[in-house]
Amino acid sequence: MDQTQKLINDGNAAVDEMLTGIIAAHPNHLWRPDNAPRAVVARHGPREGKVGLVIGGGSGHEPTFLGFVGKGLADAAAVGNVFASPPPQPVVDAALAANGGAGILFMYGNYAGDVMNFDMAAEMLEMESIEARTVVTTDDIASAPRDAREKRRGVAGNVFIFKAAGAAADMMMSLDEVERIARHANDRTYTMGVALSACSLPQTRRPNFELPVGEMEIGMGIHGEPGVRRGPLQSANAVTDEIVDAILGEMNAKAGDSVAVLVNSLGSTPLMELYIMHARVAERLAAADIRIHSALVGPYCTSMEMAGASISVMHLDDELTTMLDHPCDCAMFRVG
Amino acid sequence: MDFTTSDLQALLTDLADLMRAERDHLCALDGAIGDADHGIAMEQGMVAAAAAAREVTDGTLQDIFNAAAKGFLNAVGASSGPLYATAFMRAGKALGPEKSVPRDSLRQVIVAMAEGIAHRGKAEAGQKTMLDAWLPAAEAASAGADPSAIAAAATEGAEATSGMVAALGRAARLGDRSLGHPDPGAVSAAMIVGVICKALAAS
Repeated sequence: MDQTQKLINDGNAAVDEMLTGIIAAHPNHLWRPDNAPRAVVARHGPREGKVGLVIGGGSGHEPTFLGFVGKGLADAAAVGNVFASPPPQPVVDAALAANGGAGILFMYGNYAGDVMNFDMAAEMLEMESIEARTVVTTDDIASAPRDAREKRRGVAGNVFIFKAAGAAADMMMSLDEVERIARHANDRTYTMGVALSACSLPQTRRPNFELPVGEMEIGMGIHGEPGVRRGPLQSANAVTDEIVDAILGEMNAKAGDSVAVLVNSLGSTPLMELYIMHARVAERLAAADIRIHSALVGPYCTSMEMAGASISVMHLDDELTTMLDHPCDCAMFRVG
Repeated sequence: MDFTTSDLQALLTDLADLMRAERDHLCALDGAIGDADHGIAMEQGMVAAAAAAREVTDGTLQDIFNAAAKGFLNAVGASSGPLYATAFMRAGKALGPEKSVPRDSLRQVIVAMAEGIAHRGKAEAGQKTMLDAWLPAAEAASAGADPSAIAAAATEGAEATSGMVAALGRAARLGDRSLGHPDPGAVSAAMIVGVICKALAAS
């Protein structure tokens, strides 16, 4: 099979070369500590008395995770290889840079590798008398049944969940409070995606799954994990309806409730298609008398060049609305 | 003939060479039920482990295993990083601060690696993970089976994962769709056991 076309120099150097470019492009937002090339830290985030919010995971999902590092959101991110959890050391490096003496909260998507590496990092920090707690995100409703929420993956809804926790930390709330709000945000965020074509790892440049032309896979994960249903490609409205139905079926929203919506590109699906999907989301929510408080449309959590999209909905209450509206200033995401 | 520090360095280099050779095969197996990167993680991890091991110039077997653990972990992270780092650290503890041990001690290495992986991954037999190769190998090793029988136990264990439904890791989300595919972590585990068994058999 032919190799996929990528603008890279060396597949094994892709992550480090990307980081060099990101630091060069955003010097006012991001820096890296000495001898910690895989820890990316917010210039104006960490400060004395503030809970340090550390996010992270594998590369290949940009702007997730490092694009959400900045004042008002995450204080630092640990960067892994493509689709692979970072080892414990960069997580520790990120936590030390984020530490303001009020404790560290780790937040990342719920994947076995990430859990092991972040847990090892927490054990290492404990030896330095730094408390690190963990909230994993589990917003992908296609990845496990509703009664097994703790087994679900974390995907694009991360941006809302991290945002809520980052705002709480920026308001100088205690570790208990930041953790509570992070869990609350996760409990009220729902995502489902659809994949139209595969992505490929820079090291292999081979499609990482087979999806014949003319087919789509509903519920596919952001690393190409098989989803819930494969079938012929349908219209934007039909696909959006299937996803919105699944989300509304879990969300338990009443008429008059408010939500935040993210229509996310998995990589190569363009804004045109995302806005077509968003139009249908808005129509469906209006019909259910659910108000869209804020909407994000674009690439927020990608899977390299995968084609496809996901829809995330956060079911807002007063507290979460305040947290989402709180200003943040990250290299790749701003509010206020 | 005893098993020495230079034997251990050579063994780790053999593992790195094997994982490099099998990288694309392991990635393809992973692509069927996971995210297609297992071969990359195993290659990067074992290459880094072997390089770190070679840098230990005047250490013990335990020092070399600990260096390999750190090298593997820091190179890959992922799932295999913590699992094989813990396995190597347990193996080092099993051999202790010695420069040379009887070759039969490699049985304890297999047992210790299996225990380390079970401890870190919190998995059990039958969940379609690398443990399904490691546990039968450890059982055979502690029962005194000859090297080829230990290796065969690991290979049979890996093959048996085709008939299992994944309960842990990324493939767990597939449910019955993981049936018919071997677990790539179990396949690479059987390869690793095979290399250790070759060293166990050498005299």
